[in-house]
Order: sequence, then C-alpha cells, then structure tokens
Amino acid sequence: MNDMTSIAAQAMASENGKPFKLSRRGFLGSSLGALVLGVTLPAGRVRAQAAAASVAPGSRIAAFLEIRADSIVLFRSAFIEGGQGIFTAMAQIVGEELDVDPVNFVVEGAPPGPDYLLTGGARFTGGSMSVRMSYDTMRKLGASARQMLLQAAATRLGVPVAELTTEPGRAVHAASGRTVPYGEIADAAAELPIPANVVLRDRADFRWIGKPVARLDARDKSTGKAKYAIDLKVDGMLYAAVQHSPRLGGEPGALQNEAAVRGMPGFHSIHRLPGAVAVVANSWWRARMAVEALQVSWTEAAPGTAHTMPADFSTEAHMATLKAKTGDGVAFEAEGDAAGALAGAHRVVEATYDAPHLAHGQLEPPSALARWNDDGTLELWIPNQAPEMFQADAAKLAGIAPDKVIIHSPMLGGFFGRHFLYQTANPYPQAILLSKAVGRPVKLIWSREEEFLRDALRPTAAVRFRAGLDASGTPVALSAVAIGEGPTGRWFGRQPDKVDSSAVEGIAGKVYAIPNRRVGQIHVDDPAIIGFWRSVGHSMNDFFYETFFDEMADAGGQDPYELRHRLLANSPRHRTLLEAVAELSGGWRRGPFTAEDGTRRARGVAMASPFGSEVATIAEVSLEKGETVVHDVWVAIDPGSIVNPAIIGAQVNSAVALGLSSALFEEVVYVDGMPQARNYDGYQILTPDRMPRVHVRIVESGAPMGGIGEPGLPGVPPAVANAVSVLAGQRVRGLPLSKLNLKGVDG
Amino acid sequence: MELSINGTKHQVDIEPDTPLLWVLRDELGMTGTKYGCGLAQCGACTVLIDGQATRSCVTPIESVEGAEIMTIEAVAEDPVGQKVVEAWVSNQVPQCGYCQSGQVLAATALLKQSPQPTDEDIAGAMVNLCRCGTYNAIAAAVRDAAQA
Repeated sequence: MNDMTSIAAQAMASENGKPFKLSRRGFLGSSLGALVLGVTLPAGRVRAQAAAASVAPGSRIAAFLEIRADSIVLFRSAFIEGGQGIFTAMAQIVGEELDVDPVNFVVEGAPPGPDYLLTGGARFTGGSMSVRMSYDTMRKLGASARQMLLQAAATRLGVPVAELTTEPGRAVHAASGRTVPYGEIADAAAELPIPANVVLRDRADFRWIGKPVARLDARDKSTGKAKYAIDLKVDGMLYAAVQHSPRLGGEPGALQNEAAVRGMPGFHSIHRLPGAVAVVANSWWRARMAVEALQVSWTEAAPGTAHTMPADFSTEAHMATLKAKTGDGVAFEAEGDAAGALAGAHRVVEATYDAPHLAHGQLEPPSALARWNDDGTLELWIPNQAPEMFQADAAKLAGIAPDKVIIHSPMLGGFFGRHFLYQTANPYPQAILLSKAVGRPVKLIWSREEEFLRDALRPTAAVRFRAGLDASGTPVALSAVAIGEGPTGRWFGRQPDKVDSSAVEGIAGKVYAIPNRRVGQIHVDDPAIIGFWRSVGHSMNDFFYETFFDEMADAGGQDPYELRHRLLANSPRHRTLLEAVAELSGGWRRGPFTAEDGTRRARGVAMASPFGSEVATIAEVSLEKGETVVHDVWVAIDPGSIVNPAIIGAQVNSAVALGLSSALFEEVVYVDGMPQARNYDGYQILTPDRMPRVHVRIVESGAPMGGIGEPGLPGVPPAVANAVSVLAGQRVRGLPLSKLNLKGVDG
Repeated sequence: MELSINGTKHQVDIEPDTPLLWVLRDELGMTGTKYGCGLAQCGACTVLIDGQATRSCVTPIESVEGAEIMTIEAVAEDPVGQKVVEAWVSNQVPQCGYCQSGQVLAATALLKQSPQPTDEDIAGAMVNLCRCGTYNAIAAAVRDAAQA
C-alpha cells in the first residue's frame, strides 16, 4: 500500500534514482490551486513498489529532504503540524546533524508512504509521540545527508573527505580556506550512496537541539498567510454544506421544500448522503443557506445499525447507569492484596467520581476538498493526523486502489485529537461522494453547528475508589473500578476479556508506594461517538485519582503534599519533580490563606505520568461569587530530555488552558439523543479573562525522552479541584466545577 | 456593490445580506480571515471596519458599503499593524495559528484607539477565543507592541 509513485513517476522520470534532490514541483504552495501533483517521490514506480515492502522508515533521505540551489532545505515531516511545533522541532533535529540552521528549513507534511511510518511501524501524529519516536532516526537522516554532501564536496574540491568539515549550510576546506554551499553540491551528493554508518553530533556541541529556536511558522500565522484545509481552492471547485440527521443513524426521507431550495442563489444541486443531505453551490455561504433551508424528514435507523444515537439518550441518565454498576470489573493492574488489606484496614475511605463528555472545540471547523482527476486518481486535501489510514479508508469508499488516492495533509487549525479516523466524524467521505456526483472538485465545510453534532467526544466515565488507611493515616490499600469505555478500544478493536488501557491510564500507572493496589474496569458501551481528546484517558483519570488522593490524605490527617512526598520516598525522579514544583511556587502551602488583594486562597497539588513524561502541578485558587478563579498554575515537567524549551513552555501553557477549560466549564449534554450545545454560545471554553499565570520548570532527568503536547494537561483539573475543596470545605467529585453550588463560600 | 478593502475598490455582485467574511474568503480569495463559529462568539473572523474591530461573520456587506475595510492581508502595510505583527513574532504567540489573524487585528484596533493601553484596556479589547490557550502570550505581545 501507500505507493504514491505511480503518479509521481510520470512527472518525475528525470529524477529517478536520485537519493535526494526532490523536484520542487509539488512542494508547498505550488501544489495548491494548480493541477500539478503534490506527491513527488523520487523513485520510479517499479523500484518504489519493490522498496515499499522493505524500506526502513526514515532511511531514504530522498523521501524527506531536498536541498535547493540556494541551500534552503525543503523537508517533508512525517508528522502533521497542528500547533504543537513539530515542524520546528524536525528542523532543529535534522538541521543539527545536517548542519543547517533551522531557519533555513521549509517544512510540510509528508504524503502517505512507507518512509514515514515512524511511530512503531505505523504513522500517527498523536499520543505525544512525534519527537520521541523519531528523534534518533531523524538525527541519523540529517547526519547521513551531511556525510554525502561532504563526499560530494571532496570530489568537487579534489581533496580527501577527511580534510573537510561543515559549517551551517556549506562544506569547508579549512586548509585552503575554500567553502562550497550545500546548494551547489546537492545534485552531486544525491548521486552518492547513503552511508551505512554515521557519527552523530555530541550533545555538548548542540547548537539547536535543546535551544529555544523560534517557530518556523510564527510569521505566516501572524499575518494570515498560513493555509489550512478550509482555505484551499482548486480550479473549477464548487462548495458544499451539509445538514446531518439530528441523531446519528437517521437517514434523509422526504424533502418538503426542494423546489424552493433549488431556486436559491448560486444553487447547483441537492444530494442525499448517508445520514445527511448536502447542497452544492457556487459559494459556501450559499450552500449553507440552502441546505439549512431544506426541510428534511429523517427516518429512524434500521434495527441493528451500529452506533446509532438512541432517541432517549441522555448524558445524565447514562451517568446514573455507570454509577449503578456493581462489581470489581476486569483487573488491569494489581499488586499485593488490595481486598485483604482493605478488609483489615484501620479506616476505609470510599468515593465515586465522574467526568462528562467533552467536545474538541478546535477553532477550524472540519472540511474536505476532493477532486477526481482524469487519470483515475482521487485527490484529497483533508485535515488528518494519520495520512495512510485516511488513504486506505478513502480508497475503500471510492472503490479504487489506495495508490490512486493522493492525500494532502495541511496545517491543522487546532489538533487536540480531533483529526483521527472517526468515520462519522470526518467530512471527507461526503466530499468524495459529492465530487464524484457533480464531476467537479468540491470543498465541503461543516458549519460549527454540524461540528458540534458530529464531533467525536472525549468519553464520560465514573470511578469507584476505596482506600484503606493504617492507624497512622497512611494509605495501605487502594482499589479503583473505572466504568465506561475507552477510545482506543472503540477504534482499534476491544478484547472483551482485556481492559482498554485508555480507559484506565492515569488511575493505573500511578507512582505512589501503596503496597496493595487493584485497578479494574467495567466496560459499558458509550452511546456517543467517542474519540481521542488531548491526553486521552489521563484527561479525566488523573483528576479522579489525584483528587481522591487528597481525600485519603484528609481522612488520615495528612497534608496532601507531604503524603505524596512520603509515598515517593523510593522514587527519586518523581520526588525531585514534586520538590521542583513546590520550589517554583515559592514553597508548598495549602491554605486557606489571605492573598495581598484580600482574597481567600488555597493551593492544590497533583502529579501525573502521561505519555512517557512526568509532571507535577500546583494551582492557586480563590472563589468569587461561587465561581472558581485560578490565579497561578505552576508546572514542573520532566520529559527526560528535550528539543525546544520555548515550545515546551508554550505547550504547557496550552495544556494548562485546555485542562482548566475542561475543569471549569466544559460538558457535552445530551437530552433525547440530541446535544444541547451546537456552538460556543452553549459550550463555554476558556476565555482570556479566565487564563491564569503559568509558570513552567523543565527538569531534564535524562530518562528516555517523553512526550510534550499532552502531558501538561492531566495535572491541572485535580490541582484546581483540590484547591477548591480546601476553600469550599467539601470534596469535588465531578466536573465541571461550574456545576457545583459554591455560593456562600467566597473568601 | 462596491467594497473598499485594504485601500482597493472591489465590485461584488452578491446578495446584500451575505456576511462580509464569505465575500472575503470565497469571492475575493482573501482567506486570512477565518471562519470559526459564525455567531460572533470566537472572533476568528475579526476585521477592521473604519478602524473598529468587527466580526465579519455577522456583518452583512450592505452595512459596510462605503466603509474602509482592513483585513489581515494588509496588516503589515499598516504602521500599527506592523508593530503588532513584530510583537506577535517576537513573543512567539501562535500555536495552531487559526485564531491569530483575528487576534492580531483586534490588537491593531486597540492600539490605534489606545496607543498606551492599560492591562484593563487589553483585557477589554482582547476577547477573541483561542483554543490553544495563547492568551498570556497575546497579552504580552500587545504590551510589547504598545512600547515599540
């Protein structure tokens, strides 16, 4: 699969066999708006097909690098940029070894292909995996290309390669004072074999890795020049808008006012799609006006249809169902004898926690631009975080081979897990059908209201905790039973006798030395379409666990920070991190205390171990007219080792914002099978006035590299909730906090 | 209908109640102005109408005939806009970047009216949503732009 070169070969015959030096055709802006193809792998079809089965991802320089005559490096990233700074990180990592300043990189998302399967033999921008999974491979790629350039320079200058070195962007012969810009030897270097072994640069000599290198996209994004999928246009394109069945599974029946809609301005055609109607028009606004004017009778789903939305579904009733489940579920993590230790405990603490469904709410509404080409290929410009998976799915739908589907992966206007393959939550199947039907390219945009109707939600869950304390108030046993469904099982297949780790991560995998532990899960199908939401299971599970931790501490008469510190006595990495965040915040104090402005405040602390990184978080909170006000959030993060401290700081700020938004406001509510909010007026997200100051300390412990995009989030809801509990004098066991009645407890 | 956008007159032949946002994006190809919500909730579609930050997704074109419209495409040619852009770059404000056209123009409008804004002025003017949570960087960049 993923052989895109059948098309490329025709346009690129003269480039065959060159290990790097891609054609500039099709790169970046030139692929848009014109009929040229955006995929230009260098090899011919036959050769590439043979190679596809055996290619080691990340080894073929040609798939990634082109060095232009002016020594600018064009780089194809296996990972999609959606704000997390991955394009800049790739330029830093490759540039460090290639010896090119990252500022001289131009980066775009790579097409599907075997070269880019850098996340464990697959390709997926998510799970905070991009840098940590590709770091070594991308360094080697840059070093190999540099070695080839050195060899080409040696030939050019007629000197032994050992006498040459490089400085950014050029080879240098120190003895004669001669230099050769990379751009002048790139062609010759491309003819050379890729070296089998290369020496990587010593960490002490890094110029760009580990430094706060400026983002490559900051200026374009500050001047409106960055292009997202929703902005793209090709010749002859029409626009489409849809109206979905109010409940998933319903199909369009009668259209009452079709004739009137056909007479609307710019109208081209009406289409019945699976679960939706569409209008195609000569502008998106006209398409939207027309499709929303359509009066559609929706049929009920046929019995047995998977994932239909029940007419009586309510999130409130579903939560009651989850909380009513009894039993210990399937064990996921067990150590010691939790049941026995609970039975013999001096005191038992019990509580049930819950968290709601969440929407992604990324600011770019989903869109898809589809074009069927005369050569039988289908070309798609679509927001996505897994090009090969989208390609395979699109091919199936289109009834053509995957190598006939060309995928372009533009910059994403917000990521957060929204752009995975969620079937009913992706607009491209509709765009493919519409483009086929009208025989022209079609750009489909979902209105914000349609997006709120069809987004894949963060699952909801309830968790029952029981903890056993000894006579000194120290926890000796902990049992947790998570009830709900995880997104990984939904989309990658679930084994009934096994626990989906995405349902329990953040309850399992905790670092505290509690000798007797059991984490179990009871699976209950989530009636909603669920998906990955920044930090996935951790987004709620660390809230559950870390707030229950404070309940245990309170019940045992322990300070929650001191108890954490004590239970990390044998875990120096985590203890160091906890101490780091306390120090960053000026020393631990729980409160309540009176701040300089007279408000009554408290602090909460939480820890999390998400996506290979470790995080400790403290939040300072007051209550104002019953509303939670978060003043400061301190985050100490240990990702092992780092690439860009400035981007880490930005990502932690961003994760704090999203985590706080979920803690304060966010909740998708369904009544009678319908979401109550269809836009931001009904689904509040964090506004600037609610943004706290954020203080970040990066701790590089030297542990294996962890993720960055998501780990800052999970500690925020529990740190805030723990502080609120101190001020309110009552435990917080559910989110969002806006549901709590805290009036009358203001400071 | 004639619209004056970034100092250039454009003739558009379209329903007069069409939101300015969609005329900019689909008729005139100026896609720097973004669609986010369509309800004046998020501010991604912010443009300047006679210097005032305005949400173009709910602004019918008939209401801006004769007015001077400035979009993000012209921001670098505006002396205040240029300062704002430089502050945005030096503060490394954007993450996904989708809301930033609107944020930059909201800041430009603020600084045109209040060249030395207080923190309260900034909080009052910079109300657009950012799902990446770049709010602290935005406030810092506005303060920097005011000093530039």
